[in-house]
Amino acid sequence: MKILSSEITPKDVYLNRREWLISAGLMVSAMPAAAASAFNTDEAKTPREAVTTYNNFYEFGTDKSDPAKNAHTLKPSPWSVVVDGLCAKPGTLSIEDLIKPHTIEERIYRMRCVEGWSMVIPWNGFALGDLLKRFEPLGSAKYVAFETLNDPQQMPGLRSPVLQWPYVEGLRMDEAMHPLTIMATGLYSESMPNQNGAPIRLVVPWKYGFKSIKSIVKITFTEAEPPTSWNRSAPREYGFYSNVNPTVDHPRWSQATERRIGEFFKRDTLMFNGYAEQVAGLYTGMDLKANY
Amino acid sequence: MLPRWLKPTVFVLCLLPLVQLVYLGFMAKLGVNPVEYVLRDLGEWALKFLLITLAITPLRKFTGWAWLAPLRRMLGLYAFFYAFLHLMVFFGADLSFDMSALWREVVRRPYITVGMLSLLIMLPLAITSTDKMIKRVGGVRWRRLHQLVYAAGILGVLHFYWMKSSKNLTTEPLIYAAVLAVLLAYRVADHYGHAPRLKRRART
Repeated sequence: MKILSSEITPKDVYLNRREWLISAGLMVSAMPAAAASAFNTDEAKTPREAVTTYNNFYEFGTDKSDPAKNAHTLKPSPWSVVVDGLCAKPGTLSIEDLIKPHTIEERIYRMRCVEGWSMVIPWNGFALGDLLKRFEPLGSAKYVAFETLNDPQQMPGLRSPVLQWPYVEGLRMDEAMHPLTIMATGLYSESMPNQNGAPIRLVVPWKYGFKSIKSIVKITFTEAEPPTSWNRSAPREYGFYSNVNPTVDHPRWSQATERRIGEFFKRDTLMFNGYAEQVAGLYTGMDLKANY
Repeated sequence: MLPRWLKPTVFVLCLLPLVQLVYLGFMAKLGVNPVEYVLRDLGEWALKFLLITLAITPLRKFTGWAWLAPLRRMLGLYAFFYAFLHLMVFFGADLSFDMSALWREVVRRPYITVGMLSLLIMLPLAITSTDKMIKRVGGVRWRRLHQLVYAAGILGVLHFYWMKSSKNLTTEPLIYAAVLAVLLAYRVADHYGHAPRLKRRART
């Protein structure tokens, strides 16, 4: 006796499965086909091994080797993101629906950590502005707030009170809409490794790395400047803006130089991490020493 | 009587952290940011040796083990040695041997100021550590001078604490601070004759 597989698996299940396979296929195929962005730097890329084993993600431990060791407990699928606040079309989207309308492109950006080291990372992602427009932010929305997943089952580091959880970050609306600002879904043409902020994270290349919040579950349009984790923890050391600025030192150390991972001596840090041409205009007339 | 092998053995043991760093360096196993790894490892060993040195006298008094005393000088010199290497890596790799940059850092950054002070305090102690110098300086003055090691310990731990606290990583420096506090408290108690001892002091 012959049994068709269609007799065993209910129709809606296998149709769903097909849909899922197609969307997954789309996601994967979109990555290698990424178009080269005009914003890309041609500096030597930091090896993938270094990018994925040396970073800060306190939700998985405070040592820079901890995220690579501990992030296997994160479940980036299924994943959904809540978008709310001052917008005409708030909603909760699955990660698939969130990404689907966008073309993934490669963005090779410098990444400068506030601690004084830097990397060059080939991200895969799309402009945050394109995503935000889909929710039709109201005129009163002046800022965008972001929130990381807050699940101690998946993130063992959350059991330590080293920061106030969940991790939160924010951008001014014009910073969020700037074409350099991206939502990254992968690096080195592969899906985002858990330790680097799977399944989706922010990348704002002219700001210190901690602004680029990882594993995002919530995006909120606000009128007032939203709280940000490191500013809340040490307001005199970490400001809301946290633009890379070699002339404004961290109170405890100089920001004039940085160690590019793989190099021995330190090199000079560039204003706005080398993106001054694109972003300096956002801050004309602003005192960057006061708004650090 | 002190066994003849004791000092050479301790001497070699104290070199192991450095040997390990050189080995890891040759095997390219110092991680993604090798300079930072070496810098921090050397700094932590300097502090560890400083605390071990400060532990010798309380431990000797507590246990009555007289053989500990002759090791103190060597351990103290190792603390200075690792602190000096720590500074040289910072000066060389982070500041490209730029003297004015070093001065700027020392003046501007409190955590570097206290770290540098700690090392500078250890310098005259290292210089006056030979038998000849002890004689030349004279027992009482020499002992008073070498009480500066307490300041070196406090400033060294403060240096570590301030450096780590910016990223909210205070657990480790607080452990060092707790150990230091116990070691200094023992001395205070001993001064007033209340320090705990395993055996009663023989009456003299």
